[in-house]
Amino acid sequence: MEEKVIVCDKLTKRFGYFIATNEISFEVNKGEIFGFLGANGAGKTTAMRMLCGLSAPTSGSATIAGYDVYSETEKIKRNIGYMSQKFSLYENLTVLENVEFFGGIYGLTDQEIKEKTEELASKLGLKSEMKKLVGSLPLGWKQKLSFSVAVLHEPKIVFLDEPTGGVDPVTRRQFWDLIYEAADRRITVFVTTHYMDEAEYCNRISIMVDGRIEVLDTPANLKKQFQANSMDEVFYQLARSAKRADS
Amino acid sequence: MRTLRFLLRKEFRQIFRDKAILTLIFVMPVIQFIVMPLAADYEVRNVNLAVVDNDKSTYSQKLVSKVIASGYFKLQGYNSSFKEAFQLIESDKADLILEIPQGFERNLIREDKQKLFVAVNAINGTKANLGGAYLSSIIGNFNADIRMQLVQQPRFSQFPVIDVVASNWFNPALNYKVFIVPGILAILVTMIGGFLTALNIVKEKEVGTIEQINVTPIKKHIFILGKLIPFWILAMIVFTIGLILARVIYGIIPIGNLLVLYVFIAIYLLTVLGFGLLVSTFCDTQQQAMFIMFFFMMLFILLGGLFTSIDSMPYWAKLITRINPVRYMIEVMRMVILKGSGFQDVLPQMGVVSLMAVILNGWAILNYKKTN
Repeated sequence: MEEKVIVCDKLTKRFGYFIATNEISFEVNKGEIFGFLGANGAGKTTAMRMLCGLSAPTSGSATIAGYDVYSETEKIKRNIGYMSQKFSLYENLTVLENVEFFGGIYGLTDQEIKEKTEELASKLGLKSEMKKLVGSLPLGWKQKLSFSVAVLHEPKIVFLDEPTGGVDPVTRRQFWDLIYEAADRRITVFVTTHYMDEAEYCNRISIMVDGRIEVLDTPANLKKQFQANSMDEVFYQLARSAKRADS
Repeated sequence: MRTLRFLLRKEFRQIFRDKAILTLIFVMPVIQFIVMPLAADYEVRNVNLAVVDNDKSTYSQKLVSKVIASGYFKLQGYNSSFKEAFQLIESDKADLILEIPQGFERNLIREDKQKLFVAVNAINGTKANLGGAYLSSIIGNFNADIRMQLVQQPRFSQFPVIDVVASNWFNPALNYKVFIVPGILAILVTMIGGFLTALNIVKEKEVGTIEQINVTPIKKHIFILGKLIPFWILAMIVFTIGLILARVIYGIIPIGNLLVLYVFIAIYLLTVLGFGLLVSTFCDTQQQAMFIMFFFMMLFILLGGLFTSIDSMPYWAKLITRINPVRYMIEVMRMVILKGSGFQDVLPQMGVVSLMAVILNGWAILNYKKTN
C-alpha cells in the first residue's frame, strides 16, 4: 500500500459567488510526480494555495503529509516546499544570502546550510555567481534557484506553480532533471504546467476545467481514453469545453 | 530566536544595500533639522505698515518714527487718506494701517487724551495679531513717554497702575528655537520610523516575496519582530544624530537625564513602528500605505501640540490628542530637554505610550495573516 501524502476530498474555494475550485477530490502518493493541468483561470493556483496553507478552503477537506489544511497549516508548512508562479526570492540579496536566509528560516543548522550551499552551487553550476545579486541572474537560473531553495529543507512534498513558464527548452530539460532528482529522494512533486511535453514526464496528471477536475490518470491511459496521439490533443479536447473566459 | 537572527541579518543587508534609502534615512532628517527650525519662526518681523497721518504734527512724526525704529515694522506708505492706505492692504502690500486723526497733537496736550485707529489685515492671522499687539505696546510706551514730559508727575499716580513683569521659566530668552527644535526632532523620528516600517512589509507584498515567507513555518510574532527591530535601531540612531545636531547647531543641551529621554523614546518608537506595521497589514500596495500614513501623520502632527497649543484647542480636538502618540512624545521631549523632568514626571506619558505600543503591535500580529 502506497503512502498517501495528499488526500483531497471535495475541496472548494469560493470568492463571493465565484467558485474558483469546485469540489476537487484526488490523492497523491509519496514520491510521485503529479501533474496538475488546466487552462488559465481553471483554478489551479487557488487549489495549490489551499494545499500549501496559504489560503483557507471554503468547504471540503484535505490532509497534506497527514496534517489538516484547516487547523494544522503551520505543521503543513514545515513539511512542504513551494515555488510560486511569480519569482519570489529576494532580488536584492545574493544567491548565497537567499540560500542562507531560507535555510535559517526552515531551521537548518549552520553546518547544514553550508553543505546545502556548496551542493547547490555545484549542482546548478552557480559557483562563480554565488555572490551576485539574484536580480541580475537570467530567468532560467532564477527558476532553478527557486526550486533548489524550495527543497532546501528536504520537504515531503514540493509544490511548483508553473515553474518553467517563459524558460527556454534547454533550461526546461535541466529543470526537469532537478525534479527527477528530487523525486528519487522520495520528495513528492506537485507541479502545474502549460507545456504538454512536460505533462508526459509526470507519473499521473489531472486536468482541471472550470474549477473541476475532469480527468485524472497516467498520461498513457489518458491518451488511450481520448484516442489521441499526444497530450496536446487530450488537453485541447477538454479545454475546448471550458466556459470560463481566459483570465 | 535563531530564526529572528536570520531575519534581522537579511533585513539589515537589504537596508544597507539600498544606498538611496540609506541616504534618505540619514541625510534627509539632517537637512530638515537644519532648515526647519530656521524657517518655522514664531517671531513676527517685517510687518508691512501703512500710516495715514491726518495730523502731520511733530508728535505724529515722532510716533511714526518710534514705531519704525522698533524694527518690527516696515513702512510701506505714508498716505494722506485712509482710502489710499486701504488700497495697499487690498494689494497685499500692507498688513496694518495706523491712522492718526486730525488734531492728534493738540488733543494729546490739551485734553490729555487721544484715540488712534489701527486696522489689521487678518488674512495672515498670526502676523496681523502679533503686529497689532506690538503696535499697541509701542503706542502705549509712546504715551507714557509723553505724559512724563508733559505732566508733572504727582507723588502718587492718581490711577492705580498694575505693571506686569513676566518671567519666562525654562526658556528665559523666549527663544522659539529652544521650544521648537525638540518638537521637530520628535516629528522627524516619528515620520522616519512610521513610514519605513509601513512601506517595508507592503513592498514585500508587492514584490511577492511575502508569499515565500508565508509558506514557511515562521512564527508571526517573530516575523513582526524581525521587521520592528531594524527600524527601531535606525530611528534610535536618527534620534541620537538629532540630539547631537540640536547641541551643535542650536546649543540645546538637555537639562534632564538623557536616560529618561532614551527610555521614553525607546517605548515611543515601538508605538510608532507598531502603527506602521498595523497599517502595512491592511494595505496591499505601497501607494495605499503611503496615503494612509500621510493621513494619520498629518493628524498626529497638527494635533501634536508642536505648532499650536493643545490647551487652546476645542474640547473634541483635545480628546483626540489623548490618543495621539506624537503629543506625548513632544510633551516629554520638552519636559526633559527644557525643564529637566525625571522619570517620575514623565510616568503618565510613559504609561499611555506603553499601552499604545502593546495594543498596536498586538493588533499588527493578529492582523498579519499567513493564511487568507
